[in-house]
Amino acid sequence: MLKNRIIPCLDVKNGRVVKGINFVDLKDAGDPVEQAKIYSDGGADEICFLDITASNENRDTIYEVVEKTSKKCFVPLTVGGGVRSIDDINKLLNCGADKVSINTAAVQNSKVVEDSSRKFGSQCIVVAIDAKRKDDGWEIFTHGGRNPTGINALEFASKMEKCGAGELLVTSMDKDGTQSGYDIELMQKISSMANIPVIASGGVGTLDHLVDGIKSGASAVLAASIFHYGTYSVNEAKQYLASKDIPVRI
Amino acid sequence: MDVTIVDYKSGNISSVINSFKEVAKDKVNIEVTSDLNKIKSSDKIVLPGQGSFKSCIDGLNSINGLIDTLSQFALYNKKPLLGICVGLQMFADIGYEEVETKGLGWISGKVSKIDNQNGKYKLPHIGWNEINIVKESKIFKDIENKAHMYFVHSYEFIPNDNSVTAATTDYASNIVCAVEKENIFGTQFHPEKSDKTGLKIIDNFINL
Repeated sequence: MLKNRIIPCLDVKNGRVVKGINFVDLKDAGDPVEQAKIYSDGGADEICFLDITASNENRDTIYEVVEKTSKKCFVPLTVGGGVRSIDDINKLLNCGADKVSINTAAVQNSKVVEDSSRKFGSQCIVVAIDAKRKDDGWEIFTHGGRNPTGINALEFASKMEKCGAGELLVTSMDKDGTQSGYDIELMQKISSMANIPVIASGGVGTLDHLVDGIKSGASAVLAASIFHYGTYSVNEAKQYLASKDIPVRI
Repeated sequence: MDVTIVDYKSGNISSVINSFKEVAKDKVNIEVTSDLNKIKSSDKIVLPGQGSFKSCIDGLNSINGLIDTLSQFALYNKKPLLGICVGLQMFADIGYEEVETKGLGWISGKVSKIDNQNGKYKLPHIGWNEINIVKESKIFKDIENKAHMYFVHSYEFIPNDNSVTAATTDYASNIVCAVEKENIFGTQFHPEKSDKTGLKIIDNFINL
């Protein structure tokens, strides 16, 4: 039986780990390579790096982080943030990333998703969707949540699947950093519509939130701060999910 | 000993290289090349594969003499060869991803899309799944039945002769996830991404 995945995410800025509260107010806390190793030794099913200031700062630091991490961690590594082109994707994959997540570029030009999934395979193309509640639906934002687009999240998710995305990483901007749980309705809507796996993201504060995320239909749950600040270890999270009859790899 | 990872521009092989180097340490020489002479003279070959069946076959064909060299190595010299993911799928006679494409024909069978039972199962099959070991295989030495391995694929290899099947995994149906035919080994899952148990499989292959 396929197990539900727990994916700790590390926000990285200038080669160092940070975690933002609602995308601002960053705190520095650690070396991403060491942190990733702690996670993979602790049973993380995948590791995710999000290069949060990639769009406007020293971009090359992430390549070094990815290269070092991939020599120490032998679980899948997803890297996102500031990925603009086929070239960027190629460079990250060559450094040892297994999957690349694309956000702004996928919205601006869906051909990047089409071309990259054809060139590298759908298995390594993750489309990251940052969505915010608006009226009776959700609107997607780009540039790390700074720019509204007017595009409906469900329609966009469906389009990305057709373009060849292998997975959707769905972050609720309303919930991100609040530790009040995933936007369950959003995860349910997208998971039930999509034929590709959905990774739920944004808002985890307790282990029950992870349970809720999986029950919403997501194939994987991503969390940053609960793991990063040591509130829970990845293993504790897995034991808890298992105790709630959710299949996980232990 | 020389273990060669075949570099035929089939997508991302850095994880395969990293994992083999991690296991090999300084005891075994890991080469990454498409040089035919180096492939011929190596002791073992790893054939990775990412992307589509067709793109991988095209990749092999783009290097003059590569397929003949690999076939010679595997079928006549009978030296150990490990195919990973599409590397395994290419052993088949034929693949149906994108367009019907002729495979290497080393292990009789076909590669078709996983039946997702009308959308009940999401594709690609991504994540950690248990393997059911159905026959003793040298690459499964010290690997427990029901061990977890990391998968990411939408197509499955269906061999004509089930006796080549070393392990299956359960996703929508029983999917063949490891094969062994004499000196030819293959895994549909990614040992290079399957943490310590995956590295053990790599170690087993290196130590054959």
